[in-house]
Amino acid sequence: MADTLVQPVPEVPDEAPEFPMSRAARCPFDPPPALKELQEQAPLTRVRLWDGSEPWLVTRYADQRALLGDPRVSADTDRPGYPTKASPDAGEGKLSFIMMDDPEHARLRRMVTAPFAIKRVEALRPAVQQIVDGLIDDMLAGPRPVDLVEAFALPIPSLVICELLGVPYDDHAFFQDNTKTMVHRDATPEQRGQASREVAGYLAGLIGKRLAEPKDDLLSAIAGRVTAGELDHGQATEMALLLLIAGHETTANMIALGTLALLQNPGQLALLRESDDPRLVASAVEELLRYLHITHLGRRRAVTEDIEIGGQVIKAGEGVIMVNEVANRDPDVFPDPDRLDITRDARRHIAFGFGVHQCLGQPLARMELQVVYGTLYRRIPTLELACALEDVRFKNDAFIYGVHELPVTW
Amino acid sequence: MKVELEADKCVASGQCVLAATDVFDQDDDGIAILLADRPAAELLDDVREAVAVCPAAAIRLVDQ
Repeated sequence: MADTLVQPVPEVPDEAPEFPMSRAARCPFDPPPALKELQEQAPLTRVRLWDGSEPWLVTRYADQRALLGDPRVSADTDRPGYPTKASPDAGEGKLSFIMMDDPEHARLRRMVTAPFAIKRVEALRPAVQQIVDGLIDDMLAGPRPVDLVEAFALPIPSLVICELLGVPYDDHAFFQDNTKTMVHRDATPEQRGQASREVAGYLAGLIGKRLAEPKDDLLSAIAGRVTAGELDHGQATEMALLLLIAGHETTANMIALGTLALLQNPGQLALLRESDDPRLVASAVEELLRYLHITHLGRRRAVTEDIEIGGQVIKAGEGVIMVNEVANRDPDVFPDPDRLDITRDARRHIAFGFGVHQCLGQPLARMELQVVYGTLYRRIPTLELACALEDVRFKNDAFIYGVHELPVTW
Repeated sequence: MKVELEADKCVASGQCVLAATDVFDQDDDGIAILLADRPAAELLDDVREAVAVCPAAAIRLVDQ
């Protein structure tokens, strides 16, 4: 032991840095400082992953967009060089079309685009407003402090997905309990798996009902594809489950982390609370998506043909990781990028990714966040954090960044 | 200036509708449709934004 301690640390300048990197302790909203340094000094660099592989890390906005939009990069996790994630949260198997390439990706994705059209999403706004108001009523009537994650952030996407999928009201409690377990940090892998199977079984049953009697909801649209012979019942259920999972924890984390970011920026919060301009609310949503960027483990791809980018050739069979969180702080695109400014034009952020895999549910996510950010702080104007910022536990190791809990009072 | 839309590339993100509501809409499946292929000059900035945010590079603004 003593021997190891006195040995000089060898300089290995060529060794690839490890990824993912750590955030600075006092800057929970900012990307890891090492990512910012790479963006300035080595925007295309090899990093070392948990399995010893060394894919390219891409940190600049323009390079990330170019690669994510390039048909020579593949989202297929089975391709050679695909940079795999290691996490206790790692899911089982492939999740429908998000891990496929065109043309099969496009064929499947187009089956479920209809309910996410802007007008269809707007038609859901009153129902979402009712859900948000109902949860705020419950919080106001209940004890203080309250955990905003449990009481507000998690139930919203769950209830909205009930609306979208067409889950009958009587089944909401069953659905919410199980979807909560699926993403709950205290749940064991067995409990999560069990909850996931319960929900999948339930969705399969509901698809069966919609096959017999279609309604105007997403499950009916999926069931219609089964009737047309384009999907089997299993693929249909997998697709419904994907849409559920993709829109659940992401939205919940944006609600809780976004609220914390605003509480830490009281000037911005006041601006938002005191304005009745829906355009400012919409702008705040884009800025918080840009600023927080919760999908912090990067968009990962495998390169299928040599690609020249930034004076570098990335070879077929190599992996690339696009860390969108630092692209969204690229000073070439967003002036003074580390400042939260809800009045800036942040629309070009790539928090939903870029290219053909860009988030399908983004119109729904935007609308939900607009209702939340436009309602919560007006109805509870004295909302405040009920603990020190240092005591808030951040999800540094999770797939989706956020806070484990957010004690608030008023 | 003329707007060109390649609908078969569209991934139904809806970004063009948000950026330029007077120029783009979506069909029943969420696929982009063009409301005006030669939009008025005051709408061109919105169209440029739509070109920039389209994730599938399905929109072009051409000088003709």
